[in-house]
Amino acid sequence: MNAAVFVAGAGVISGIGNNVSECLSALGSSTAGIDRIKYLRTNHQGLLPASEVRLSNTELALLSGFSSSTSRNVMLSMIAAKEALDGSGINNLPALRTGIVSATTIGGMDKTENFFIDFAAGRSKGRLRDLIYHECGNVTVAVAEKLGIKHHVSTISTACSSSANAIMYGARLIKHNILDAVIAGGTDALTRFTLNGFNTLLILDEQYCRPFDENRRGLNLGEGAGYIVLVSERVAAALKNNPDCSLSGYCNFNDAYHQTASSPNGDGPYGAMMGALQMSGLQPKDIDYINLHGTGTQNNDSSEGAAIKRLFGPYYPKMSSTKTFTGHTLGASAGIEAVFSAMAIKEGIVYPNLRLQTPMAELPFVPETSFSRNQELKHVLSNSFGFGGNCSSLIFSKN
Amino acid sequence: MYIRSAASISPQKTFNNPLFFGEVVEYAGNRLSCIEPDYNEIIDPKLTRRMSRIIKMSVASALACLNEAEIAKPKAIVTGTAYGCLEDTGTFLTNMVEQDEEPLSPVAFVQSTHNTIGAQIALLLKCNSYNNTFVNGSISFENALLDAMMLLAENVDTVLVGGMDEITDMSYAILNRTGLYKRPPGSNLHLFKSASKGTIAGEGDAFFLLSDTASKNNLACIDAVSTFYKPADIAETSRLIESFFAAQSIKINDIDLLITGNNGDTKNDEIYLQLKQLLFDGIPSINYKNLCGEYPVSTSFALWMGANIIKSNYIPEPLNPGGGLKDKIRRVLIYNHYQNIHHSLILISSC
Repeated sequence: MNAAVFVAGAGVISGIGNNVSECLSALGSSTAGIDRIKYLRTNHQGLLPASEVRLSNTELALLSGFSSSTSRNVMLSMIAAKEALDGSGINNLPALRTGIVSATTIGGMDKTENFFIDFAAGRSKGRLRDLIYHECGNVTVAVAEKLGIKHHVSTISTACSSSANAIMYGARLIKHNILDAVIAGGTDALTRFTLNGFNTLLILDEQYCRPFDENRRGLNLGEGAGYIVLVSERVAAALKNNPDCSLSGYCNFNDAYHQTASSPNGDGPYGAMMGALQMSGLQPKDIDYINLHGTGTQNNDSSEGAAIKRLFGPYYPKMSSTKTFTGHTLGASAGIEAVFSAMAIKEGIVYPNLRLQTPMAELPFVPETSFSRNQELKHVLSNSFGFGGNCSSLIFSKN
Repeated sequence: MYIRSAASISPQKTFNNPLFFGEVVEYAGNRLSCIEPDYNEIIDPKLTRRMSRIIKMSVASALACLNEAEIAKPKAIVTGTAYGCLEDTGTFLTNMVEQDEEPLSPVAFVQSTHNTIGAQIALLLKCNSYNNTFVNGSISFENALLDAMMLLAENVDTVLVGGMDEITDMSYAILNRTGLYKRPPGSNLHLFKSASKGTIAGEGDAFFLLSDTASKNNLACIDAVSTFYKPADIAETSRLIESFFAAQSIKINDIDLLITGNNGDTKNDEIYLQLKQLLFDGIPSINYKNLCGEYPVSTSFALWMGANIIKSNYIPEPLNPGGGLKDKIRRVLIYNHYQNIHHSLILISSC
């Protein structure tokens, strides 16, 4: 049950690029993807910035092979999942049991919310075909079909920690010898539903977000998808290119404090990080870099910060929130950040926490403010915490 | 894995009443609605005030299930739902359209996320354990069972698993427009009496406390759960079911009772009919969707029913007209497919 699970491939699409190399290039040049909203039709255009994927649905259709009337979420998922699968080399191996575990918080809500404009005027109105992807599971099924994956298809939705739980579940399917290879991660397109939802909670920053800054004002939403391909040791050994890292630890821990807020002491984040460390057999001092959840809300950053202080003090690893580039991509965030974490190990790079001016007074550590190369990273921790107290942490380790 | 306790709120009088069968509730329309208990006796009224119907129902069943099993905090909470919290989703969408994206109340948005039920249970129990939610259409509940099976193998000793889906006025109106339900509507008790198009709308929740410890108080044992997706034809479906049996080292004749997901729609039920001729010839079988209606996680209701049938070794008269079924029920197979897309098999046996 403690068999190693290797990362054989990675794929990502986000506001800073349509594939891994474009995203890495933006991360390397400190170029954020947050901007004035351009593609989503909303009254908040020009008022609330967000990090949108810089492609129209027509352009996404060309890249993904779906028709442009398909949910944007399906197309984002397809593009990142395909990049991950193609790069993994597993298609060259015969007869693998391959699955997909994908996370999303909104399914095809981009289409549902258009349907509702008509439906609200009369129950016989609205085009039913706009609801095909409303169920989250149908997003995964559409992508699985196009990729030709049949052995296992599942979908997870635990708010902002969704894709961390998808990666964890995928790894367990391999450890239990149910599958040989899994595409695991998540996807979420920007929608009016989530934009207005977060706006009613008064946690959106009207300027660019500033995670872990004393004067932070909230988060910016983003969209995208991120997947990694996890394989068993046997498959890893058969691959032409040896995987650079493995998923060595993970933990899902519930804060059980409040439906939306995190506990002030960060009990949930602490439990998730501690559990992941225990599984990987590592000590806090072994972690070289933390990809923070770091949304930029008052509540998250002080809760996550308190947990890191308790667990890591007095010696802190390098850390940063890449949401300063991509915005908070919700159900996709842990998938995108898993890709960034794996690439940090592979390339020996640490990403900056952009726009940090005044470090939080209550914390004895300061996130990285500039990009650095030639780092020897052995172990990277990635955090994802969400509504419903769902806290999950993943640890990636260099092979 | 063992089912230590089970609780369900459904369109039948199932709550705290495993032998509801003596009295089957009849519905004249084609929309079956859950029969809800008095929540004030189960959940603090201060908390229920903000909860939507599906949250209340599910939390009530979860608490009843834990109470029955005498477990204060399970070591994991796993839920499965295709639609999630539809009422809150519909409320927020409607407000957003009607108020043209002006400031709205956050309550419906906050409670619309699919993990709300698992989260509310954790919050009530102050339970920090593993907490996960599957949203994978009509096999969401089976995914949750598979997760539970893996957790038990990973030395987690108790897992609370639940399946839930609600039908709201809006979702009923929409699904009715897709032609899913019978026109004109008829009684649920006559669902299988005439060959016609369409089924009846259902909803419900069912929770199970699963454990790895044998006990004479357990209801039943879940031997295996399997799903498959879009089989090419009936031959492939048949072959996949046979390989499921082979993996369990049992023969089809070892099944004492087959519970199938017939929903009254001729095209849908044709698959069950063909399999009965091809594969399940001579195996006693019963249906369940005349009791709970059609909904994505209906197999959670079927599992609740199957487990109670095994425990009581009794098939109530309304499900067994003429009493022609076996008098000793040790092994039950639940087989369901939803629109021939997702198929699922759950094999349970007496402990």
